[in-house]
Amino acid sequence: MTKDAVEALSLNDITKRFGELTANDAVSLSVNVGEVVALLGENGAGKTTLMNILFGLYTADGGTVRVFGETLPPGNSRAALDAGVGMVHQHFTLADNLTVQENITLGVHSLLKLSLGRAAAKARITALSKKFRLAVSPDARVGTLSVGERQRVEILKALYRDVRILILDEPTAVLTPQETDDLFATLRLAIKEGLSIIFISHKLHEVMAIADRVVVLRHGKMAGGVNTKDTDKNALATMMMGTEGSPPVVSPAKPGAPLLALRNVTTPDIGSTPGLKSVSLELKAGQIVGLAGVSGNGQAAMANVVGGVLNPTDGQVVLGAKTVQKWTPRIAVQSGIARIPEDRHKTGTIADFDLVENAILERYTSAAFSKGGWLNWRKSRAFADEIIDKYDVRCPGSDTPIRLLSGGNMQKLILGRVLEADPQIILANQPVRGLDIGAVNYVHSQLLAARERGAAILLISEDLDEVMALSDVIHVIADGRLSPEFKRGEMTPAQLGLWMAGQGFETDVLHAS
Amino acid sequence: MCSMRLEPIKNPTLSRKLTPPTIALFATIVIASLLAMVAGANPFTVIGLILKGAFGSTFAILETLNRATPLIFTGLAVAVAFRAKFWNIGAEAQLYAGALMTVLLGTGVLPWPSLAILPVIIIAAILAGAVVLLVPALMKTRFGVDEVVTTLLFNFIFLLFISMLLEGVLKDPMGMGWPKSARLIPEARLPRIVDGLRLHWGFGLAIFSAICIWVIQTRSTLGYEMRAVGLNKEAAAFAGIPVNMVIVKTALLSGGLAALAGFSEVAGLKGSLTLDLSPGFGYTGIIVAMLALLNPLGVVVAALFVAGIFVGADSMSRAADVPTYLADIMLATALLLMVLAIMLTRFRVVRN
Repeated sequence: MTKDAVEALSLNDITKRFGELTANDAVSLSVNVGEVVALLGENGAGKTTLMNILFGLYTADGGTVRVFGETLPPGNSRAALDAGVGMVHQHFTLADNLTVQENITLGVHSLLKLSLGRAAAKARITALSKKFRLAVSPDARVGTLSVGERQRVEILKALYRDVRILILDEPTAVLTPQETDDLFATLRLAIKEGLSIIFISHKLHEVMAIADRVVVLRHGKMAGGVNTKDTDKNALATMMMGTEGSPPVVSPAKPGAPLLALRNVTTPDIGSTPGLKSVSLELKAGQIVGLAGVSGNGQAAMANVVGGVLNPTDGQVVLGAKTVQKWTPRIAVQSGIARIPEDRHKTGTIADFDLVENAILERYTSAAFSKGGWLNWRKSRAFADEIIDKYDVRCPGSDTPIRLLSGGNMQKLILGRVLEADPQIILANQPVRGLDIGAVNYVHSQLLAARERGAAILLISEDLDEVMALSDVIHVIADGRLSPEFKRGEMTPAQLGLWMAGQGFETDVLHAS
Repeated sequence: MCSMRLEPIKNPTLSRKLTPPTIALFATIVIASLLAMVAGANPFTVIGLILKGAFGSTFAILETLNRATPLIFTGLAVAVAFRAKFWNIGAEAQLYAGALMTVLLGTGVLPWPSLAILPVIIIAAILAGAVVLLVPALMKTRFGVDEVVTTLLFNFIFLLFISMLLEGVLKDPMGMGWPKSARLIPEARLPRIVDGLRLHWGFGLAIFSAICIWVIQTRSTLGYEMRAVGLNKEAAAFAGIPVNMVIVKTALLSGGLAALAGFSEVAGLKGSLTLDLSPGFGYTGIIVAMLALLNPLGVVVAALFVAGIFVGADSMSRAADVPTYLADIMLATALLLMVLAIMLTRFRVVRN
C-alpha cells in the first residue's frame, strides 16, 4: 500500500434486508488504486448480496456506493459497469459457439458502425494477452477451451473494456494449484498497471498470497478488516468462522474388506463433460477414499455410477462379492448405499415437500413407511422427528417446506435420512459445499463416525484441503481417468495438483487443453 | 428509471394467500359489469340474473349440478395430470373415447340388468380414455415428444374419427339421417338421483371420484410419487422414483377420469352419442383445474362455479338481452386474474 492511496471504489455502510434476514448489516469495503482487497467469508456470509448491490441488481436499504469519488445511483444496473467496474463470475458468461475474439468484442462495438475493425481488435487482444500473460488464441472457439482458458477469456473481456476495478468471484474454484499461480501472476501485473482488484474467496491461503487487505464477512456483518501482513491464516479463520467448534480429529484408519468396487468402468461423455474412462476403484470398510480433481473432470459420472443413477457402458459394479446386474437408484439404496448428492437443492430434496416427505424420499416404498401402496404418515412423521432431534435440524417443525431451511439444516436432514438406515457404503459428493463452518465440522464428524463404525466412504470434493484432511486414500480424477491411489500424507498439494492437471497420465494422449 | 421486479416471499401468511384470489374474483365481477354496461344493460341486474339463473331455484341448482358433472371429471383429469407436470390438453379426446365405449357396449350388445352392465361400461370407458392418453404418454417417455402438442392434436384426430363413425357404422338407422348413434338401452342409462328431477347419478360418481383422487394424492405412494415427479423430476429420479412409470400411471388415471365425463354425459343426460356431446368440456376442465389450484376437492367447487356462470349466463341472456358470450369472457377473465393472483401469493412486486 502506498502512502498517498487513491480510493477507487468504496461501499459505505451497506445494509440490505430480505424480510427478517439481514444479508448485509452496515458493511463497508473500499479498495484503492493498485490494491488487491480480498472479501472473505463462508457461503451465505453476504458476499454475493454485496456485489449485487454494487452492480445495481439489488437496491440497498442503506448505504452508498462510490466509484472514483462519484456516488452511483442505487438500483441502476449500468452505473457500475459504465464507471469501469468489471466482474468475472464464478460461472462464466461466454458463448461456446463463438471465438475468443467474438466473445471479447461482443457488445463493445456499435451496431451502426459498418466496419467491425476485426484486425484492430485482434491486435489489441493479442497485446493485452501478452502484457498480462493471458495465453489464449483469439481465433479459438470458446467451446474447445479448458476451464482455465475460459477464465482468461473472461479476464481479457474485462480488460478489453478498460475496466479500472476488477472483481473476481471465487476464481480459483475451477483451477488447479498451478493454474492458480498463473492467475495470481496475471493479477500482480494488473495491479502494476494501476487496476484495483476485489478478490472474493473463502480459501485462506490464497487470500494471504494475493491480497493486500482482507475484509471478512460473517453472517452479513463485518467481522473485521486487516492488512494481510499484520495477520495470519489462523487469525483470519477465527474471524471468518467465529468460535464455532474446531475440525474433528482424524484417527488412523483400520480398513477391512472391500464393500464396493468398480472394475474398468466406462461411461459416455455428456457434452463437454468427460465420462469415466476404464476406471477401477475399491471402497473398503472403515476407510475414507477421497476423490480430488478440478470441477467437471468426471466426478459427476463417478457419483452417478456409485449412486445407481448411471449404468456403465462397459465394466462392472461389484457389491461385496456379487457383480451387479440391474443398477438403479432404488437398488443402490436397498443395497445399503447412503447417497449425499452434490446439489442438495436440485437433486437432494424437493423444495416444496415438507421435512417428513423429504425424509422418506428414498425409502417410501419400504415396509417402515408404507404398506400395500398406502403411506403410513404417522411412522413417517416419527422418522422425520427423530432425524430433526438426533441431527439437530433447526426448523419450525417437520411440516415445514424444506426450502425454508438453511443449507446446513437441509444437509443435516439428508445426512439423517441416509445415515439412519445404517449404511455400509457412503457416497458423499461435495458434502459441505456452501455450508458454514459449524455445519462443515458437523458433517465431517458424522462421516468420521460412520468410518469408525465400519462404513466404506467415497468423498468427492473439489476442495483439495477437505480431501487431504479427511481421506485415508486419495485418488485424483482428471478428464475421466483415475490416478493410482495415494496414502494419507504421501503427496503434497502441489504433486496432487500436477495429477489434477492431467500430467500424471503421460502415457495417455492428453485432452485438448 | 422505473422498473419492477418480483421477489419471492419465503413464507406467505394466510392473508397473503387469500387476499389476491379474493380480489381476482371481485375484479372479474367488475369487468363483467363493465361489459354488461357496454351491452346496454344494468350490471347489477345482469349479475343478479346470472346468480338467480344459476342458483335461484331447485331447477336452476339441479341444472348447474348437471352442467358441473362433466367439468368435475375433466377438471380432475387435468388436475391429476398437471400435478405431475404432465400437460394433458387432450381431455376432450379422452371424453369422446369414454362416450364411444359407452354407446358401443350400451346399445344392446350386452343385454344385462343395470347393476351388471353399468360397472362394465364404467370400467371399459375408463380403459378407453386411459388407452387414448397412453399413446402420448409413451411417446413422451420413450422419445421425448412434447405431450402438449400430441394431446392437443389428438383432440382433432379423435373428433374426426368419431365423426367418421357417426356417419358410418355407428349411425342410428332410426335417426332420420342425423349423425348420431343409436340410443342406449334403458338398463345402460344412469338413473336419476331423485325421481322426477333431472339430476343423474353421474354427479354422485363425480363427487366420489373427487374424494378418491384426494385420498390417492394425499395417502398413497402413487400420489406421493406423482407430486414428487411434478415438483422436482431430477430429485425424484435421484431418490429412486421410477419417473417414467409414474408419468404413465398418471396418464392412465387422467385419461380414465376424462373418459368418465363422456360416459356420464351419454348415460346420464343425452342417451346417445353426437358430435356436439361436449361443448369443450375438455378444455374448460383446464380452467376448472387451474381455478382449483389442482386440488381435487377444489375441483368440485371450481366446477360448480364455472357451471353456475354458464347456466346463469344462459338464463340471463334470455331475460336481459345480453349475449351469453359474457360467460366465456367472465371465465377467461377469472382464469387470467386467478393465475396472476396465485403468483402474487408467492411473490411480491418490488419497485426499483
